[in-house]
Amino acid sequence: MYRYDQFDHQMVAERVAQFRDQVRRRLSNELTEDEFRVLRLQNGLYMQIHAYMLRIAVPYGLLSAAQMRMFAHIARKYDRDYGHFTTRQNVQFNWIKLPDAPDILADLATVEMHATQTSGNCIRNITCDEFAGVAKDEIVDPRPYAEILRQWSTFHPEFAYLPRKFKFSMTGAMTDRAAIAVHDVGLQVVKNAQGEVGFRVLVGGGLGRTPVIGTEICAFVPWQHAITYLESIVRVYNEHGRRDNMYKARIKILVKEIGIEEFRRQVEADWKFTKDGPCTLTVEELERVAACFTAPSYATLADSDVAAAQPGNTAFANWLQRNVKPHKVSGYASVVLSLKKPGMAPGDATAQQMEAAAELAERFSFGELRITHEQNLVLADVRQADLFTLWQAATERDMATPNIGLLTDIISCPGGDFCSLANARSIPLARAIAACFDNFDFLHDIGELDLNISGCVNACAHHHIGHIGILGVDKDGEEWYQVSIGGAQGNTSSIGKIIGKSFKFGQIPEVIARLLQVYVDERFDDERFIDTVRRLGFEPFKAYVYATPVEDDAELAGPIYDLLKQGTPYELPYYSPRF
Amino acid sequence: MIIKNKTVVEDDWRILRLNEQDAPDSVSVPSGKVIVPLKVWQAQRDTLKTRAELGVWLESSETAEDLQGDIARFQVIAVDFPRFADGRGYSIAYHLRERLGYQGELRAIGEVLRDQMFYLQRVGFDAFVPRPDKDIHEVLKGLSDFSETYQASVDQKVPLFRRVHRGVKV
Repeated sequence: MYRYDQFDHQMVAERVAQFRDQVRRRLSNELTEDEFRVLRLQNGLYMQIHAYMLRIAVPYGLLSAAQMRMFAHIARKYDRDYGHFTTRQNVQFNWIKLPDAPDILADLATVEMHATQTSGNCIRNITCDEFAGVAKDEIVDPRPYAEILRQWSTFHPEFAYLPRKFKFSMTGAMTDRAAIAVHDVGLQVVKNAQGEVGFRVLVGGGLGRTPVIGTEICAFVPWQHAITYLESIVRVYNEHGRRDNMYKARIKILVKEIGIEEFRRQVEADWKFTKDGPCTLTVEELERVAACFTAPSYATLADSDVAAAQPGNTAFANWLQRNVKPHKVSGYASVVLSLKKPGMAPGDATAQQMEAAAELAERFSFGELRITHEQNLVLADVRQADLFTLWQAATERDMATPNIGLLTDIISCPGGDFCSLANARSIPLARAIAACFDNFDFLHDIGELDLNISGCVNACAHHHIGHIGILGVDKDGEEWYQVSIGGAQGNTSSIGKIIGKSFKFGQIPEVIARLLQVYVDERFDDERFIDTVRRLGFEPFKAYVYATPVEDDAELAGPIYDLLKQGTPYELPYYSPRF
Repeated sequence: MIIKNKTVVEDDWRILRLNEQDAPDSVSVPSGKVIVPLKVWQAQRDTLKTRAELGVWLESSETAEDLQGDIARFQVIAVDFPRFADGRGYSIAYHLRERLGYQGELRAIGEVLRDQMFYLQRVGFDAFVPRPDKDIHEVLKGLSDFSETYQASVDQKVPLFRRVHRGVKV
């Protein structure tokens, strides 16, 4: 993975010093909260319901065991022994005290990390395929380009105060596992007919209040011109993106308003001044960075039938089927450590689990991990012969639930328990759903199903691209949930359609059960839920869900269901056993 | 007092801001060193162009190209930041310097605060009028927050990867 040189270290150290001084000036009231807010956001610090939340950047989702241990250290020393992995491949801590924040950044700097530009109206952490470098369907490893763009966008002087946040996502594989179509800019690293590397560039995708699938602005930007081309996109956006209404300030609105042709014309008009200029990437720089992402020293191994070596062990077989992914090198596999054990908050990991994951990475996967945008962890380079031992160790730490890609692999934002933007709680609903559908045979029979729960329209949990998407809405101070179906990520991305009137918390599991019933009745042999929805349209699903009244199961959320009726903000987070 | 060339100096330019009742074509431009709004320059160009000393300032919704062909007439061009978080001024400055080749004084006015100074200087501002309630010497410190930068901009035309030999020293 990428290692800091003296320049990276120096800039991060100066950033920590800068922020330490900003915090000092805030605490002494030299800075007003209005002046400070923007500065703290650009260092990942949000003010949430209970405390400050710190979002730490995990560039393109890749981290070392030492960095994961640092998260455990932060969880223990500054937080409440746990953290939350996010859909942007970052990690968040929920109980931060402002005076501690500079010390945390200083601790992070010792392991070559920071929280720069994880929030604010600037270029955010660039997300990436979690199987970059190991996927069988990969054309080009995107990570060196992601690192080069990370450096270009870090402390970019012209783009720190954009109209709104700006998110890049990148893949280099045939299958898009990075949701590139729903980012402000989506990049697919490709090769042209001559075998040269370049970028297919999508622009103006996004979720939130106005979900839009990105449009191709250029089919092939040669890699040497990536920085200058992308800089022109962001410059045109900075100048012309709307600033009068924050809900219309994302680049997708600009592209819609002026049209892709006009937007492309403006970008190319700007680009002609910088194309071939000093910001053109050099082979030397690409090679320097790419040298950090060379393959580890794989042993020469043959593929083996791992399941056959453990006959009769269905738990292990289920795990192999769901959580183990093919690897481009024979004898190896990639393993997804599930952070979706029913009963736990999706994407949360305790300090103990973080340390365990770090240890597993060192024992089994060359000391590296990845964070997925579906809020799980990946050990990318595991010997097939080690899978059984790894499974046993992961099971001990509650990270081997065999549910990757299944209904209970729920993608969820922190929601109303933590987030001051939320209209409704996400985590308790995810827990209730997971509890209602905890039969593995049933889940495996239903098969691949993305269920995404966002507590508000900002769509941190990408509910628009869930096969089933749930959105928390506020109705006169009460929490309600809108249900959509037909959304999808990946190569055939689509935005889900709302099936009808919204539901109460206690109705949602029954609504899901009814959606699944239509699927089970109507599906062809191996058809996935999303494919059945696409074939039939959403009418039969809607008709069945609303055919008879759906009971509001008041017991579902447990004994403190009344808390759910209070509306935000809450005195106490409802869900977690850990405080 | 303003910040210019990284020091605090006296300054005798006046910035003309229009009140609601002022019209660009009829507002009276005082004599002496005045920085006029772009709209006033455009409306009173014929009389203003005879002045030996003149400055112009742009709102964040205006563009550098509005001054194309005229930039050599001004001793000062200023860009207004109505709010420090309105980042259009950064691209306006970039355009003035890089696209129009403006070499004269480029002054940041409006909500100019310490914590934006480093980036402002990078995109080509060389003069700064801090918001009046701020201690100008404190604001000045913001110019030296960082000693190195990754990417090119107006102040440094060549990105780090072309300027230095990079890599982890073993």
